[in-house]
Amino acid sequence: MIKVVDLYKSFGSLEVLRGINNEIHKGEVVCIIGPSGSGKSTFLRCLNLLEEPTRGEVFIDGVSLTEHRDNINKLRQKTGMVFQQFNLFPHMTVMENITLAPIKLKGMKKEEAREKAVSLLRKVGLYDKDNEYPNKLSGGQKQRVAIARALAMDPEIMLFDEPTSALDPEMVGEVLSAMKQLALEGITMVVVTHEMGFAREVGDRILFMDEGMIVEENTPEELFGNPKNERTQSFLSKVL
Amino acid sequence: MTVIMEWIAKLSDEIFFNLIREDRYLYFVKGLGISLQLTFYAALIGGCIGLMLALARLTNNRLLNFIATKYIDIIRGTPVVVQLLIIYFAIFATTSLPKVTVASIAFGINSGAYVAELIRAGIQAVDKGQMEAARSLGLSYAQAMFYIVIPQAIKNILPGMGNEVISLWKETAIAGFIGLEDLMRGADIVRARTFSNYTPYLVIALIYYYITISMTALLGKLERRMRKSD
Ligand SMILES: Nc1ncnc2c1ncn2[C@@H]1O[C@H](COP(=O)(O)OP(=O)(O)O)[C@@H](O)[C@H]1O
Ligand SMILES: [Mg+2]
Repeated sequence: MIKVVDLYKSFGSLEVLRGINNEIHKGEVVCIIGPSGSGKSTFLRCLNLLEEPTRGEVFIDGVSLTEHRDNINKLRQKTGMVFQQFNLFPHMTVMENITLAPIKLKGMKKEEAREKAVSLLRKVGLYDKDNEYPNKLSGGQKQRVAIARALAMDPEIMLFDEPTSALDPEMVGEVLSAMKQLALEGITMVVVTHEMGFAREVGDRILFMDEGMIVEENTPEELFGNPKNERTQSFLSKVL
Repeated sequence: MTVIMEWIAKLSDEIFFNLIREDRYLYFVKGLGISLQLTFYAALIGGCIGLMLALARLTNNRLLNFIATKYIDIIRGTPVVVQLLIIYFAIFATTSLPKVTVASIAFGINSGAYVAELIRAGIQAVDKGQMEAARSLGLSYAQAMFYIVIPQAIKNILPGMGNEVISLWKETAIAGFIGLEDLMRGADIVRARTFSNYTPYLVIALIYYYITISMTALLGKLERRMRKSD
């Protein structure tokens, strides 16, 4: 579904991604772990071209993103992204946040979009928040609205960049359980996370990144239980 | 006592000659209308030009960027009265556009350069995550700007815009240079008839001042209301 071939990314002279190859299959939940600054976010952002790769290719359903830049808005509809800082639109209600893209981009009728939004909000466990503005919500609620907003476009793949890192500890659980729910429904997910418990429980495959490369990848059992690479071992010993 | 009586008599004379006789107050009333009209249209034109320049400066297109930067440089680097005269004599001399239209365009062109910087700063102050979230949903750059970034930027821009309109209001007093009969020119005309020292100017100073403080108060109200909706 997503295929990454020989991906490089530099910011000026700083080489952030140094040759990434990977393939993410339909229905898979891939968790990316690794020390901060290792290029996890940059990698994720290359998957929807929020970052422009310096070299290499990203294919979604066989279509190269970099070769179809002129069609990027259409291609981006295949991926939904959830950010660490939520990035809800503060001047719009929860309902407007969620329905904007389906109405403007898919030509969905307002009524239909609203119905869909309500069911998505239910799915992430939010009731009676439709007409609130984001600043009235807690962090956990904001992030769940952000998830619903991304889902509203029916993406084939959901990208999460440390979705719980900006949350107070007591709100982490509600967001993770919403994500777990999505995983159970078979949605393809790529999740950058520091929540090792989540990665272990929900992930089908774990990628360990360090210094711009995928140093090790494996099933959660293997990677957490029996890490092969020295750097993986040292990282896990620090975070577990 | 007699001093006061004399002073009152003089004042009523001044008022009579400068305002009432031959309906001279009409010069002020008509001038006020022209000045307000000029400010209104110049602000409108300036707003549009400013928005375009700001967007041009925010894109990666080198040529657009260069043009916008030069425009802003040149306009801010030359006196507005010189710009007004150039536009009037060089550019509009051959057309039959009404003077107030020409002046509106000239002041709009000038104001646009200042507004551009206001808008640019206001847009840049919007969190970058907003644009990214919008683009990640599949919105185009233009859609993201229009639906997401600009509505938020307006809050940042509004106070500066208000001040810009207020300075425009005062700046338009030079419109008489191209023969437009604005408020300032109205005072000139009356003074030429009455040979008063300064009474006509005192009258327009009061009018300019009153309009200015009214606009300031209005702006304050608007800002307070916007803050409430935060
Ligand atoms: N837009 C950018 N400009 C310059 N450097 C950047 C930019 N984005 C990220 N970096 C740098 O790239 C490196 C990797 O960043 P990032 O992908 O955010 O790492 P991670 O998500 O693993 O913490 C860091 O050193 C960061 O400072
Ligand atoms: Mg990161």
